[in-house]
Amino acid sequence: MCLAIPSMVIEIDEVHRTGKIDYLGTKVKTNFALLDDVRIGDWVIVHAGFAISRLDEEDAQETLDLLREIAEKS
Amino acid sequence: MARTNEFRDKKVIGALLARIAENKRSLPSPCRIMEVCGTHTMTVHRYGLQSMLEKAGIEMVSGPGCPVCITPGEVHEAAIRLVTENENVILATFGDMTRVPTHLGSLQNAVPAKGSAVKIVYSPEESLDLARQKRNKEIIFFGVGFETTIPSIAVMAKAAAGEELSNYSILSALWLIPPPLRAILESGEVKLSGFLYPGHVSAIIGQEPYAFVAREFGFPGVIAGFEPGDILLGIISILDQIREGRPRVANEYTRVVRPEGNPVAQALMREVLEPKDACWRGLGVIPGSGLKFKAEYSAYDAEVKHDLRITARGIDLPGCRCGEVLRGILPPSRCPLFAKKCTPESPCGPCMVSFEGACLVHYKYRGPKS
Repeated sequence: MCLAIPSMVIEIDEVHRTGKIDYLGTKVKTNFALLDDVRIGDWVIVHAGFAISRLDEEDAQETLDLLREIAEKS
Repeated sequence: MARTNEFRDKKVIGALLARIAENKRSLPSPCRIMEVCGTHTMTVHRYGLQSMLEKAGIEMVSGPGCPVCITPGEVHEAAIRLVTENENVILATFGDMTRVPTHLGSLQNAVPAKGSAVKIVYSPEESLDLARQKRNKEIIFFGVGFETTIPSIAVMAKAAAGEELSNYSILSALWLIPPPLRAILESGEVKLSGFLYPGHVSAIIGQEPYAFVAREFGFPGVIAGFEPGDILLGIISILDQIREGRPRVANEYTRVVRPEGNPVAQALMREVLEPKDACWRGLGVIPGSGLKFKAEYSAYDAEVKHDLRITARGIDLPGCRCGEVLRGILPPSRCPLFAKKCTPESPCGPCMVSFEGACLVHYKYRGPKS
């Protein structure tokens, strides 16, 4: 049930708080009731048809930098 | 931004494993880490991390993190009865739930009553759509899940109430992750060095609900994501916590998990549901470990609406030892039924059914002789 891969928001119906995400190239119907202020272009984690969290790009970059640093030191 | 490849990069994984092996050398053995979440179990085995970590002196143990698995047989049987004993009922549920074997067979093999059917859905929302479209049928959503799924089920109950849908109810099996961690630590059955906390449950609940693990039991823990790099970073954090003698709730999944979790989801859960003592397969009754609908939503609670009297005992079918697998005391391959009588084609228990069940994951990625 966990789609652990981040997906991009591509359509929003603000009245019903639903829309679509691009999950690895497939458009998937998604409910946005659990997140405030979702915008097109946001990256989200979707679980069982509901977006549960928005990805933070800066934090993602920090983790990737840390991984690279460990790889370079070895 | 998906950039998942970077979290799977061979050079990065090699360097992380080398760091783990180096850090482990200075610590007393053994180092046994429980991955609480079934999706973590999948990553650990799918990418072959288990055997690489073993070489580094780290043993990974699966925990109770598969909601399909820990739901007691009696609840699955109640779902089967609903669709076999009542006409014009559509029982909607996630695919894995239809294959769990019980004393009454499985939902997949059940013969529905006249006009009734079992329908597999991907999202709880599909069950509500069914109720809107098929007003002459009673739609029952058999909703199972941890904190990751629970808010969406709360949204469904609220929407059904708002639309006054009289043909919709939810048979809920809603489980909270922190209470069984306490139960596992209190029982002391499995000697652990730390927990990998589930990333997406944590996206909802945040860090605080795990604080007791370090505070009361002195155990390290880390919230980790689901890529191989995430899990290995998490293990490095646990080793650091042991070495420094400073157990805490670390968060290595900051790109998704905020310290406070998801306040919108938490508010919805509090509005619609309330805690109850719940019985887990293998673990028995754990205080405050489940959620039930509040009285004002009882019209949508299938247990109330259909007068189901479920007495769960959480005991496996004869021969099945899923309960011990879920407690982390029996590796799947040591179960006498594993890969013999119990296979993915013909499962004897839920851990061989669910795609995040420890037995299926072992079978799939390590082979029947694992």
